[in-house]
Formats: sequence, C-alpha cells, structure tokens
Amino acid sequence: MIASEPQQRPSTADAPEPQATHPVVQMTGISVEFPGVKALDNVDFRLFPGEIHALMGENGAGKSTLIKALTGVNSLSGGSITVNGTSTRFNGPADAREHGISTVYQEVNLCTNLTVAENIMLGNEPRRFGGLDWRSMRRQATVFLKKMGLNIDPGSSLGSHSLAVQQLVAISRAMVVDAKVLILDEPTSSLDTDEVKQLFTVMRQLRQDGVAILFVSHFLDQIYAVSDRITILRNGKLVQERFTRELPQRELVSLMIAGTSDAQVGQAVARNAKEARSENAQPLLQAVGLGRKGAVQPFNLDLYAGEVIGMAGLLGSGRTELARLLYGADKADEGTIELGGAKTKLRTPRQALGHKIAYTSEDRKGEGVVGDLSVAENIILGLQAARGWTRPLPATKASQIVDAYIKALGVRPANPNALLKNLSGGNQQKVLLARWLATAPKLLILDEPTRGIDIGAKTEIMNLVSELAEQGMSVVFISAELEEVLRLSDRIVVMRDHTKVAELPRTDDVDVPRLIEIIATGEETK
Amino acid sequence: MSTATATIAKSASRKLSLDRRYLPVLGTIIVFLLMLVIGGVRYENFLSPAVISNLFINNAHLIVLATGMTFVILTGGIDLSVGAVLALSSVITATLLQAGVPLILVLPIALLAGSIIGLGMGVMIQYFDVQPFVATLAGMFLARGLCFIFAPESVPIRDEGFIAITNWGLSTGRWRITAAVVIALIVVACAWWILHRTRFGRTVYAVGGGESSATLMGLRVARTKVTVYVISGTCASLGGILFAMFSRSGYALTGVGMELDAIAAVVIGGTLLVGGMGFVLGSVVGVMVLGLIQTIITFEGTLSSWWTKIVIGVLLLIFVILQRILSLRRT
Repeated sequence: MIASEPQQRPSTADAPEPQATHPVVQMTGISVEFPGVKALDNVDFRLFPGEIHALMGENGAGKSTLIKALTGVNSLSGGSITVNGTSTRFNGPADAREHGISTVYQEVNLCTNLTVAENIMLGNEPRRFGGLDWRSMRRQATVFLKKMGLNIDPGSSLGSHSLAVQQLVAISRAMVVDAKVLILDEPTSSLDTDEVKQLFTVMRQLRQDGVAILFVSHFLDQIYAVSDRITILRNGKLVQERFTRELPQRELVSLMIAGTSDAQVGQAVARNAKEARSENAQPLLQAVGLGRKGAVQPFNLDLYAGEVIGMAGLLGSGRTELARLLYGADKADEGTIELGGAKTKLRTPRQALGHKIAYTSEDRKGEGVVGDLSVAENIILGLQAARGWTRPLPATKASQIVDAYIKALGVRPANPNALLKNLSGGNQQKVLLARWLATAPKLLILDEPTRGIDIGAKTEIMNLVSELAEQGMSVVFISAELEEVLRLSDRIVVMRDHTKVAELPRTDDVDVPRLIEIIATGEETK
Repeated sequence: MSTATATIAKSASRKLSLDRRYLPVLGTIIVFLLMLVIGGVRYENFLSPAVISNLFINNAHLIVLATGMTFVILTGGIDLSVGAVLALSSVITATLLQAGVPLILVLPIALLAGSIIGLGMGVMIQYFDVQPFVATLAGMFLARGLCFIFAPESVPIRDEGFIAITNWGLSTGRWRITAAVVIALIVVACAWWILHRTRFGRTVYAVGGGESSATLMGLRVARTKVTVYVISGTCASLGGILFAMFSRSGYALTGVGMELDAIAAVVIGGTLLVGGMGFVLGSVVGVMVLGLIQTIITFEGTLSSWWTKIVIGVLLLIFVILQRILSLRRT
C-alpha cells in the first residue's frame, strides 16, 4: 500500500525550496507496535535542512509515536532511520540531542527552580578549576537568549517567567548543542497570539540558518502561516507528504479525517429525521456567552430534550473543552448556564450530576474506567455518588440495576463480577454508559464514545444513543468521525480553533464535504 | 553608557530574584539572630565565646548529618537511616579499635559501612522504585540491628591515636575549636562546592525541581539519585566517628531519633521538603538554631529538657507552613 502513496509526493525538481537536496532525516518504512496495537505502520518521513515541516493527524494518527521513534523513546519493530546519511538508532532523547536532534515538548520540560542560564547550559556548561563557571555560563546563555530575541536576566529563576519565555528558553537549550533538527511538539498550545508571533519569528530565523524544524500544532492557521511542507498521518499510516502552498486547507482536513469508517458505520441505523420541535419548546439547557480563557471562546448553545447535538471539529479544536464547560468539569470564566429557565452555576461535576447531567470522558482509561473494580461496582458508582455516601444502595436493588443494564447494553462477558480492566474497549465503554444511564440523566454528554472500539460495539452504542434520544434524553455526541456525527445528530455544532464557528440542523444538503469545508475555513460557502 | 545602566538594572533585578530564593534561609538566620539577642539579654555570659564554641563542638556530628540529609531532601527524598548508621559507625570504630585494628584501617571501614548502606538504599529507591521512606526505614532497622551484633554494651575507646585526634584543638582566648568542628566545616564547604559548582550538584537541584524534566534535559538522574543516598550514608558514618570522638565510646543506642533532628535542622534551614530549593548553609544555621534552643533551656535552669522538643516542634511547624505558603505562591 505504501507503494502507491509515495508517488503522490511532489518531486523536488519543480520546487525551489528546500535549498538542500539531501534530507537531514530520512525515516523509511517505520513500524512501531505496542501490545495489540500497530501504532505506526510502514511510515516514510523525511526532513530537509532549512524547512519547517508540519506533522498533521488526528488523535491516534501516530504523530507523537513518530517523534518518539525518531528520538529513540519508542523502539522500532521495522524500518530504518538515516540521519545525515548514516543509519542511526538513538537510545533516547539525550542520545538524539547529542547527535543534533533536539525536542521541545508541549509542556515545557525544564526545571523552573533553576536559573535560566542553567536551564540553557546544563549538560554543556563551561568549567573552570573543575567546577562550573557561572560567569561565562551566564554570558553564553545571554548569547543564545539574544538569538531568540529575549532580553531577560540569565541569573533569574526560570519559574519567574511566562510560559512563552520558558518555551523560548527551551528552544535556546535546543540550540546550544548546535541542533540540526528541532522538534517542536505543540509548542503553541499555551501561548497567546503575540507570543506565537515571536515564536514564529524565531522559527523562521532558525530555518534561515539551515535548521530543519518538525512542527506539530493543531491550529490550521498556524500551520499555514509558518510551514513549508506537511506530512499527514492517519491511523498510524502515511497519507501524503505535500508542499503547504499546494495543499488547500479543505483538502488537508479531508486527508486527515475522511474515509475512516464510512462503510463500517453503515450498519448503524441512521436516525429518523426528527419532526420539527414545537416553536415554544423550552430548552433543557441554555448556555449564554459561556467561555473559558485559553479553552473556548464564548458561545451560545441551546440543548433540547429528545435531541442529539453532534459536535464536529479537529482534535484540539475545543470540542472537549466545550463539553467540559457544560458539565462543570472546568470552571467557565464568563457567561451563564440556564437549566430549565433558571440560572445555574455548575462548579463541580457533582453539582452537574445533581442536575441530571452526565458526562463520559474521551479519556476512558484516565477519567472513567476503574479497572480494578468489577463491572457491577463500576456501574453503580455513579448512582451511589448521586445518592451520597450516607445512603448506600441496597444490594438487591444494585444487582437488579446491574443485571438490567448488562442485558440492555449487551455487555460481554455478561458477568457482573468480572474486573472491568479485563473487558474489551467497547465493553468498557458500555459499562461507562451504563454507569451514567443508571443515574437517569436528562442530559448525556458523550465525548468520543466510539474511539478505539470495534465496529460492532460502535454500531451498538450509536443505536443506543439514538434510542435514548427517542425516549426524550438530550444527548451531546462528540466524535472525530464526521460520518458518525452526521448520522446521529439532529443539529451539528462545528468547532474550529477553540471557537464555535457554525451550528446547523441536519438536512439533506449537510454532508461530510460541507462539514470539512467549515472545519477548514471556519465559514460556510454555499 | 546605556550598557552601564543596563548592567545596573540587570544586577538589581538579579538581586531581587535571588532574594526570593534566599527568603527561607534569611528567615532562619533572622530566627537564629533573634535567639542570640534574647539569650544575650536574658542571661549573663550567654554571648560568651565558650557558649558559641560549644554550640559547634556539641553539634559537629549533627552538622555533618544535616549536610548529607540536605542532598537527599533536595532531590525530594528522605533518609531515616542516618541516626542508626551514625550509631553503627561509632560502634564499628570502638569495637575495631578495642580489637587492636590500626586506626588507619578503622576509619575507612567505618566510613565505608555508611556508604554501602546508602548505596543499597539508593539502588532500592532508584531501580526497584521503593518509596524513600520505606527503603531508608529498612536501612535504619538494619543498621540498628547490626550495632547490637557488634557490641550490645557500650565500648570505651582507649586507642591513643584516636584520643590524640580527639584532644586536638585550637584555642584563642576562650574561643575553642576541635578536630570534629574542623572536619564538619570542611564537609560543609565541600558540600557547598559540590552543590553549586558541579553538574552533579545542579542535577540534584534539577531532580528536586522535576525528575521527568531533568531526564528529558539529558541529565544523569538515576546516578544522581543513587549518589545522594551514598553521600548521606557516608556523612552519617562520618558523623558516627565524630560522635565517637565526642563521647570516646561506641554504643548501640546512640543517635536514636537523631535522623529526625537532622531532618528538622534541614527543614528549619529553609530547604523545601518537596525538593529543588534550599542551601547547605541553611542546614548549618538550622543545626545552630536547634543547639541554641537547648542552650537557652539549659541557661533557664528550671525548665525540663523536654521543652527543647516542644520548641523544636513549634518552630518546625512554623517553617513548614511558611514553606507551604511560599510554594503555593510560586504556582
């Protein structure tokens, strides 16, 4: 399959850039396997000196695995890596760094309790009389800081500076070893507009100096502002490598997400078109100007009983953040939520639960499943939390509820005493659903309930959501797969760069290409 | 001209930022000075050279313990074994000398005992991922038990060479300094140099500031974490030798609870228990504060010596809460 794809690559002959014809990094046929998962499957990747190369892909596409394969954090199960023409395997970030490949991570991985100078120079510090030479350490650090356009005191402690400055200090550290390759893994996610501009200036300067930059960002505008070339991954496979200026945003988005599960979800019942709700229907939940700085721009949203709201958008577009605001998992710093017409403050998940709002996290492992408890215990967890610890659930009632849900949702194995961690992803998801359904919510928020589970389970869960809405529950359904969203939703909300850019009822002329258009450009062209 | 003003501005800003880091230590020094003033006002002869000299002489072993402990706490760990290791080393010294082993062999053996126990605990903590609390608790029981294997009773030291070292001292007027104090101060000076002038020392701070960050910065985290326990163990056994010099004997029940004094001194000295922030000199002042409390209570005369513990407890509480406030403001 890889054989057909490299042909889509632009030939370097018709391109004036990059100046160099030999890639500084060439990864060929890279495969990485984790137990039960093929995280990377025969992926090719190359990086030229003096270019900014964006690595794009949705959740689970394999971006970070590719970076970790390059820096030696993950070991390869197949393929080869060539750096500067010689075949290489690194033992880890430190080894890669010694060979001129430096990585700056999303979370600044420096020591805030040390001085700026130490953070830049430690490991390559100047010495005098067998000890550190602080004075020349500060002097050398200043030189690197100047290159970043930073005029800060190298003797100050790193923690006293803003995240943006820390980010630039991290890049300074990368430059100390005379890096040929700089990997920037989502460096912009915590920066504001001006700080991003400063970072881009530095990146362009480095490109001019012949450094190859691998750039990961979820902001499409940033990719187009700064990158020369884009490699797109999807589900651990290489999709395409293209010049940025020859790749329209719309096409990029469709390459990132299209065609994933069209045939697979085919079995799922398409929801019947909903009869128009009566004009004077009261919204169940009304968000007015709700927003949180750095997460979601203020938005309005009405949720009605018996309706499924689909949320479409790329990873990092703010879909999860929006859902968390509705649930009270994060605190909104502006706007209000009205429940049944009354203003309500949702500060904690517990309060939301009290108002019959349930939320299943996209992070099934981290924020949902309690693997060491049994299926039954996991199911009654939410119900018990809603009742409070002083009123334990009677055992007979608990087992009734558990049995009913195991049957209704088709949890396999149908054994309430099985440990949840031993169930498949799809069945874990069903148990989580059962947990929240047992609390009889009026509003159910599902954040990527279908990710990483097999097709059969996917179909079952989608059918279930559909039924719940029929019964009068209001559902918010978040999914990376547009097909699913289209199939299930009565209304579709489109998120882009932390902003709600569109809200459209599902009609016959709303299809995947149109959603992609909105996700890519932020506006509807009709 | 403009560069000159820039440098001035720079050094001014550096002074400010350093102030914040020195804040806990400054607090300790202020407490120390206050106690000196209070003692000096309340009691005659309190501020005499003899009292101050004795402060060092009586606490030389604790200074060494606290110095080793500072390394461990800076990485965010803890070492509960130091009191027992101190006893073990004093017992080893005394029994070997009694058995006629030459002094030149006895001292390295006693020192090595502490290093080896430290190494064992460090390996447990780093490679078997055992909590420092648990690993060093095991080390503590091990060392204390070994003491009784060597000598269940107190063993007097009569070796002439050892006594000669013990008796060595410098005095000018009523100021007096013993070999133990000189050794302790050398240890402190070495520790300061290692912590501030070597990559290892900065890695100690880096590990305390964020272990995964330090790893990603390519620093040798594993080696550093093991080494701090070796240093602490070695300091503890050196403390044992100094204590043997002080008491001219080795006894299995010495230093019970002394690890807690050492930890108290380090914390009162301004080192953050979560690691990454603190200074050896602070720990020395911390020891001095503990010593002064004892001195004041002795001078008071009517107070039970258990008041020492009460005052230490209160001081510790205040300093820990101060640290909490400081680190909360940091985040």
